[in-house]
Amino acid sequence: MISALALEQISCTFISRDDLSQSYTAVRDTTLVVGEGEFVSLVGPTGCGKSTLLNVAAGLLKASSGAVTVFGEGLAGINSRAGYMFQTDALMPWRNTIENVIAGLEFRGMTREEAFHPGNDWLKRVGLSGFEKRYPHQLSGGMRKRVALAQMLILNPQILLMDEPFSALDVQTRQLMENELLELWSGDRKSVVFITHDLEEAISLSDRVVVLSAGPASHPIGDYAIDLPRPRDVAEIRLTPRFIELYTGIWHAMKEEVLKGYAQQQK
Amino acid sequence: MRNSKNSRVGEDRLRLRIYQALVLVLLFVLWHVGTSPTLLPPVYFAEANQAAFFFGEPIKVVLRLWQWFASGEIYGHLWVTLVETLLAFLIGTVSGVAIGLWLALSPTASAILDPYIKAVNAMPRVILAPIFFVWFGLGIASKVALGVTLVFFIVFFNVYQGVREVSPVVLANARMLGANPRQLLRFVYMPSAMSWVFASLHNSVGLAFVGAVVGEYLGSARGVGYLIHQAEGMFDMNTVFAGIVLLTAFALVLDWTVGFAEKRLMVWQPRSGDTERV
Repeated sequence: MISALALEQISCTFISRDDLSQSYTAVRDTTLVVGEGEFVSLVGPTGCGKSTLLNVAAGLLKASSGAVTVFGEGLAGINSRAGYMFQTDALMPWRNTIENVIAGLEFRGMTREEAFHPGNDWLKRVGLSGFEKRYPHQLSGGMRKRVALAQMLILNPQILLMDEPFSALDVQTRQLMENELLELWSGDRKSVVFITHDLEEAISLSDRVVVLSAGPASHPIGDYAIDLPRPRDVAEIRLTPRFIELYTGIWHAMKEEVLKGYAQQQK
Repeated sequence: MRNSKNSRVGEDRLRLRIYQALVLVLLFVLWHVGTSPTLLPPVYFAEANQAAFFFGEPIKVVLRLWQWFASGEIYGHLWVTLVETLLAFLIGTVSGVAIGLWLALSPTASAILDPYIKAVNAMPRVILAPIFFVWFGLGIASKVALGVTLVFFIVFFNVYQGVREVSPVVLANARMLGANPRQLLRFVYMPSAMSWVFASLHNSVGLAFVGAVVGEYLGSARGVGYLIHQAEGMFDMNTVFAGIVLLTAFALVLDWTVGFAEKRLMVWQPRSGDTERV
């Protein structure tokens, strides 16, 4: 079987612009393979290079060494088969909701009139009908995330790259969004790489959880299959014994790295 | 509840307007009393009507304004000044946007040109006026050229800044959504830069106006600046002040127009105190 996304032996070293002798290795020799339709979460302590890996997969960042293959083909430039959901606000503030949602279609050469139809369709699917003419600053944080989700999914990407997309939301909105994401995803299972620092979120959403070591020179230290049944409700599944069992197992492996990462930040 | 609150806000605003008008009246009265030859004994000047010679007389200033508009002779001059201002503003803005975008997006060119841009910006550009008179003559073109040199740098630096300040996340997002470099320019860099251009619009319209009037003042045959210069040559202070009042009113109208355009075009920007959310 061809994997949807394969990162092989990826290393990323950043050189300080002010002092060329200073360098920082964010990720070293990391291999990550994501199967078709698989939902994989990357967890790790803050500053462990999770976002770096995701940017490499998106083609926004070129790795210092290693190779990226997408459905068996080597990646050069932007990964056009992937959609990316950012941690911070990435909507264009000068475009209203519907214009933001159809931006990708417009970039592909569709006229506005053609694009409005699927655009309205997607707004309805993320529960934002009636908010077409609002600008991002007039929406709440959760609504902006929904717009970003629709903006990404309207292009029907085969791979979804998500960088702590819900970390800025309050707990209730977050669980709501997680459930919506799972529902949208279950329709036509795309491959997902989901980054989070929240182990509960990772387990409740994923098929597989990969734990990264603390930076610098971060690399995977654990790979856990999550055998919880689907469809899931992210709030309810957290109370099941199997979830707690999985959580305890992974947390034990992670604890040491979290402490290391914390110590790194104290320096 | 809400109504009474609204009416209170309305009352406050009305009171403010009244006080503002009172300041104007007060200034007018002081001016009149200070310059009228018969009202006060001369304190500083040797002769009673010397104050009027230096500072003009408000009633005559108003009369002069009235004459200008009643006879219609002012419209031609105003029109010339307006055309000069608008042309300087348009040419300066368009070239500032174009060159600002170009330099902001090509680091090599901006690195090479950087010291020269700083030098030209630091130069007091009004001294270019004599050169422009030689190049473009005493007509409209030399005033437009002077205005353009003033407007260009304001817009240029704002666009440059605007492009540099584009959020890297918004940019990365647009690239992931499939925007090619041209689309990035049109859909991301331009709108972002335009918000900075609009922030500087009040400034640049004002400077275009300065360029036009100063140019007229230094050498021309038409325009409000020319009228002021003529009157000054004949020691006609009342006409000079009338010209100044007219220019001030004109500048206020321009500023108001820009504010109106800004409000219409920049709806996407949150204004302070704008908490409209759902």
